Amino acid sequence: MCGIISVIDRSRSGMDGSSIKKALSLMDERGSGEGAGYAAYGVYPDYAEYYALHIFYDNLVEPKVAVDEILRKWGHIEDQEEIPTVEQPDLRRTHIPWRYFFKPDISLMPGSRTPDEDIVMKLVMQINTTIPGAIVFSSGKNIGVFKASGWPEAVADFYQIEKYEGYIWLAHNRYPTNTSGWWGGAHPFNLLDWSVVHNGEITSYGTNRRYIESYGYRCTMYTDTEVVAYLCDLLGRKHGLPEDLMVRAFAPPFWDEIDQMPDEQQRLNQAIRLTYGSALMNGPFAIVVATAEGIVGFTDRIKLRPLIAAESGDRLYISSEEAAIRRMEPALDRVWMPKAGEPVIGRVRI
Amino acid sequence: MSLGSVPMKFKVRIDTDECMLCERCIENCPYGTYRLEGEKIHIDSRRCVACHRCVAMCPRDAITIEEKPIDYRSHPVWSREAREAIYNQARTGKIVLAGMGNAQDLPSIFDRLLLDACQVTNPSIDPLREPMELRTYLGKKPRKLDLHRNDKGDVLLKTTLAPNLRINTPIMIGHMSYGAISLNAQLSMARAVADQGTFMGTGEGGLHPSLRQYQDNMIVQVASGRFGVDIDYLERGAAIEIKIGQGAKPGIGGHLPGEKVGPDVSQTRMIPERSDAISPAPHHDIYSIEDLKQLVHSLKEATEWKKPIFVKIAAVHNVAAIASGIARSSADAVVIDGFRGGTGAAPRVFRDHVGIPIEAAIAAVDQKLRSQGIRNEISIIASGGIRDAADVTKAIALGADAIYIGTAALIAMGCRVCGTCYRGQCPWGIATQIPGLTKRLNPDVEWQHVANLFKGWTLEISELMGAAGINSIESLRGNRDRLRAYLLDEAMMNVLDVKPVGA
Repeated sequence: MCGIISVIDRSRSGMDGSSIKKALSLMDERGSGEGAGYAAYGVYPDYAEYYALHIFYDNLVEPKVAVDEILRKWGHIEDQEEIPTVEQPDLRRTHIPWRYFFKPDISLMPGSRTPDEDIVMKLVMQINTTIPGAIVFSSGKNIGVFKASGWPEAVADFYQIEKYEGYIWLAHNRYPTNTSGWWGGAHPFNLLDWSVVHNGEITSYGTNRRYIESYGYRCTMYTDTEVVAYLCDLLGRKHGLPEDLMVRAFAPPFWDEIDQMPDEQQRLNQAIRLTYGSALMNGPFAIVVATAEGIVGFTDRIKLRPLIAAESGDRLYISSEEAAIRRMEPALDRVWMPKAGEPVIGRVRI
Repeated sequence: MSLGSVPMKFKVRIDTDECMLCERCIENCPYGTYRLEGEKIHIDSRRCVACHRCVAMCPRDAITIEEKPIDYRSHPVWSREAREAIYNQARTGKIVLAGMGNAQDLPSIFDRLLLDACQVTNPSIDPLREPMELRTYLGKKPRKLDLHRNDKGDVLLKTTLAPNLRINTPIMIGHMSYGAISLNAQLSMARAVADQGTFMGTGEGGLHPSLRQYQDNMIVQVASGRFGVDIDYLERGAAIEIKIGQGAKPGIGGHLPGEKVGPDVSQTRMIPERSDAISPAPHHDIYSIEDLKQLVHSLKEATEWKKPIFVKIAAVHNVAAIASGIARSSADAVVIDGFRGGTGAAPRVFRDHVGIPIEAAIAAVDQKLRSQGIRNEISIIASGGIRDAADVTKAIALGADAIYIGTAALIAMGCRVCGTCYRGQCPWGIATQIPGLTKRLNPDVEWQHVANLFKGWTLEISELMGAAGINSIESLRGNRDRLRAYLLDEAMMNVLDVKPVGA
């Protein structure tokens, strides 16, 4: 079932993690205590120019030595430490969360328009597929994902998320079906700038996975949500689709609707479906995707999962439940139910 | 050498208590199995091919046909077929011909793949209440879109899309030429595909003038004999297919015997009456992949780049590499014909022993194109032994964009798969040019049967998709996670990239 909630402050004012923890905990009925997580944007201002690599290590010997070696080969580690945590009675520590602040050596990837991102993506895929006992679960600049197996409150207290300030927060309360409580399977999923929380099951996963893997991405988390992050990276970053058209590719209008559109619109929508048919996502889902510039929430084409949006001043909220939003902000200016496939977009002001 | 006769294949009996001597069996059997002798119908069982025409026409259900009434001494190595092929060749010294598709008792991979359905964690979708999209576009697709935003904030599309063929259901009818089959059979199928918003192939036999009314739903074929090809023919087709090979007989050409080339067939094929129409094994202008590329290009130029071009190959061992070569030409789709593909006549050794199953071929081609990042360059059309909506669904889940049927469409018009097409006396009016027989097939009736088959399968595919929680065929294509293998070996599962049941 799963519960999701996200918030953006368009003026980039920071919010600490305490209120989203309360909101997520309100939706415990949607979870099972086997996975919860938070993603926050703007949490590492002192290292804003470095890629913050969050890694789950099984131990600090073989996997860490291998990761250190590969990172040093491809760039410079400015700083690294164990992510500070506080033991929780009902959270079993099965991994050691570690973080690096890393700058890739762009001279090693000549001929690329985005060499630093390409290097980081390559490293994430390489570590996750070839180094046993190490999983990179967060790799963006000034972004941190904090997740584990446990109830939302326990995970939040474990990472002490009230100590982080971000202008975008994504949170997820998991009821696992695909993979039971391993930490890598908890949401949010992240790659570079992209973070994703997802409620539902993507029935087109096989198609999406085979499509994205032909572009060099490797799915390693044994769950369908991961593919969304990679699809965003491909369509949004590499192909340069604006958010609304990216969502259009993921949850396009039906052909019957396209046939009724005026010529120019028809041509555009037909081109999107023909070109990105393998990126179309089927099955029940409500998804929120975040980048440093904003958040986008959308559902499947027939809205088989709930999604509600609300505004209060500079803040836009997207969630599975209105009650969760009101836990963060009781006085809302506007609350609405987005239509199936229709994106809710919140951008930071430039 | 005196071999005597071999045991008859079928024993025909008439229940004289039921028979009313209406003589319909005599009229209907073109092979001369029945004749009236006094007050009794005499039966020459040795002439029977089990086409069931007499059974279907007998008003009293008086006829029984028994298969292999006298068998040879059983032997695990020396099967009946093996022995009879030797008797046949000892007599004739020739190649043994056979009809229809591969008749070897090999396991079907389709039958060992099982489809998925939703339970609880994701809801199945009811096609009666929700839209279910089977519309498919065949042809080249761009790898990415070039978009730009104008001053007003509108998004404009800069990419120009190549012409694609739109089909409302992922099922088409493959190429069966006028000559191989009757005009009435072609007319029935053409009307059906036009009605259903899909396509059929002309085969290498030209386009008869009476089919022009359906030309927007016809794919014209250019094969190694170039029969019937001129610019008018190319321009009339909705798409053009270059035939390199076919699954029933990979690596060899075709032969339409002169007795089938009457005035009408002769005109449509543009060859002299009563002359054998021999399609050579290779195209005499294609001896390499570059030559194929040039032919694709020439056909594109001739039709001003307005029409998709398909290239049909037989599923052979190296099919994936060949398809990736084809994808690098201007071709829009590759048609892969598996070893169960049907034919009017093929050497038995080819029909039963050359080529590979379509399931493995689809998987290998789709995977190869993806690993090279060129799957968007070309659509995959699969054919060869597709029997029902489940086969179609599985073929698409393995990676095909659409499928061709052949035999299934003929069965919809009455064909009983007797495998005697090569004799040109088809009692159902399908694989024959004899006017008395072709008139048995009434296009005004039979088109509806073919159309019904399309409708039925399309409904079934919609239900299977809905049960799997998928409402758009794009999300089924290449979705091998929704397939599981039952009793397939590990090597085969690796080729198909499919997990075993329970995994």
